[in-house]
Amino acid sequence: MAALFEKLSFYFSYPILRYALIAGVLIALCASLLGVTLVLKRYSFIGDGLSHVAFGAVSAASVLQLSNNMLLVMPVTILVAVFLLCARQGAKIKGDAAIAMLSVGALGVGYLIMHVFGTSSNLAGDVCTTLFGSTSILTLTQTDVWMCVVMSVVVISAYLLFYNKIFAVTFDETFAHATGIRSGIYKLILAVITAVVIVLAMRLVGSLLISALIIFPALSAMRLFGSFRGVVLCSGVLSVVCALLGIFISILWASPMGATVVCVDIAMFGICTFLGWTRREIG
Amino acid sequence: MAQITCDALALGYDGKRIAENIYFTVQAGDYVCVVGENGSGKSTLIKTILHLVPPAAGSIRLGDGLRQKEIGYLPQQMAARRDFPASVEEIVLSGCLNRCGLRPFYNREEKELAAFNMERLGILQLARRRYRELSGGQQRRVLLARALCATRKLLLLDEPVAGLDPTATEEMYQIIEKLNREDGITVMMVSHDLEAALQYASHILHIGTKTQMYYGSAAAYAQWRDKDGSAI
Repeated sequence: MAALFEKLSFYFSYPILRYALIAGVLIALCASLLGVTLVLKRYSFIGDGLSHVAFGAVSAASVLQLSNNMLLVMPVTILVAVFLLCARQGAKIKGDAAIAMLSVGALGVGYLIMHVFGTSSNLAGDVCTTLFGSTSILTLTQTDVWMCVVMSVVVISAYLLFYNKIFAVTFDETFAHATGIRSGIYKLILAVITAVVIVLAMRLVGSLLISALIIFPALSAMRLFGSFRGVVLCSGVLSVVCALLGIFISILWASPMGATVVCVDIAMFGICTFLGWTRREIG
Repeated sequence: MAQITCDALALGYDGKRIAENIYFTVQAGDYVCVVGENGSGKSTLIKTILHLVPPAAGSIRLGDGLRQKEIGYLPQQMAARRDFPASVEEIVLSGCLNRCGLRPFYNREEKELAAFNMERLGILQLARRRYRELSGGQQRRVLLARALCATRKLLLLDEPVAGLDPTATEEMYQIIEKLNREDGITVMMVSHDLEAALQYASHILHIGTKTQMYYGSAAAYAQWRDKDGSAI
C-alpha cells in the first residue's frame, strides 16, 4: 500500500498529471450535475449528439489550421445545443430524430473532412484521440487548466443559483411556466451549459464517451435516493469519486484515461443498482 | 370587479379553432365547473387563462387584484413523471417559486407556507416521502398543495379526480369544497363528472362543439338542460 502511494506521489510530481487530475475531477462534477436534469428530461442522448457535433467542428478547425480550435468548436456546439433543446416545439423533425441525424451527420462529415483535407501524417491517431480522448488530457497546458477551472466555477455557480428553478422546470415545465417562471430562459441556460461541459469533457474522455460522464452518475444516484436534492448531491459525489479512481488506475496501469474513468462509472452503477435492490428487498 | 372576464374568446392551437364566442365572468368566491365533450376545448380554456396558449381571438382580463402568476394550477395527471426522484416537500415548495423573483433560495416564510398547505391537505406526515411511491390520491393532494402555495385567490383544476378511486374522489371533492367555502378561494374546475358538478359548483360553463352552450348558475343549468335537450 505504501509503495502504491509512493508511486502515485512520484507520478503527481509531474505538473501534467496534476493538471489532468484537476481538470478531470472538475469536468466530471459539472457533467454529473447536468446529467440529473438531462436524464430526467429524457435528453440522455443529447450528450452523445453534441459531442459528435463537436468532433465535426474539431476536424473543421484542424483543417482550417486555427491556432485555437475552441474559437470554432465552442460557438458551433452551443448553437446546436440551443437548437436541439429550445426549438423543439413546432419543428418538422422532432427530438430524438433530430439528435440522431445531427450526431451521425457530424461524425461522417467530420471524418471525411479530416481524411480529404487533413495535413497530418497520422490520421488514425488524430481521429482516435478526438474520439476516445486517449492521450489528449495529458497535453493540457496551464492555460487550458485555468480555462477549465473558470468554466467549471461558472457552471457550478449557475447550477446552485438556479437550483430551485431548474428543479421546477425539470419536474413540471407547464406548471413552472404557468406561475411565471420563464422556462424558455432556463432551457437556454441549460443548453449553453451542456454545450460548454461537453466541449470541455472532450479533452478528458473524447467525444464518443462523454455521454457516460453525463448519464452514469445520475442513474447510479437514482438507484439510491428518492429526493431531487439527494440525487443531485449523490450524483456529484459519485462522479468525483469515479473520476479520481479512474485517473489513478489509468496512471498505475498505463490504461487510456477516458475509457478507464467510464469503466469505473459502469462498475459504480452496478454497485448502486445492487445496493438499491437489496435495500428494497430488506424494506 | 370580476377576477376573470372572458370576452368573445376563441380557443385554438396552431391556427386551428376549437371553440369560439366564449363569454363569462368569474367573481371572487365562485366555484365554476367547466363541462363539455372530449375535445371541446376545456383544457385549452384553462391553458389559455394561464397564458400557456395564446387566445385565437377575443380577450381574457384578470381583475380584482389577481395577478397572472398568482393562479394556482393543478395539471391533468402526469404519467410521465412516475420515476421522478423528488420528495413531497420539494414539490410543494416549488409552488412558492413565483414569490422568489430573482432570489435563488426559499426563505422561512415560504417554507412555513409549504408546511401550512401540506397540513391543510393532510399530507404533512408525508413531507419526506418519495413522490413516486405515493398513491394516486396522495399524489394529487401534493400537486394541489403546490398549487395552493402559488395562490391565495384562484385555483384552476384540470380534471382533479380523473383516475382516482371512489373514496379518493370523494375526499378530493370535499377538500376542494372546503377550500372554496371556508378559505374563500375561487375554484375553476374542468370535469367529466356532471353529477358532482351540479352538487358542488355555483356556476357551470358548458362548452359544446365549436361554441359556448351555457354559462350561468348551477341551479338554472339543470332546467336549461331539460329544456334544451340532452346535449350530454
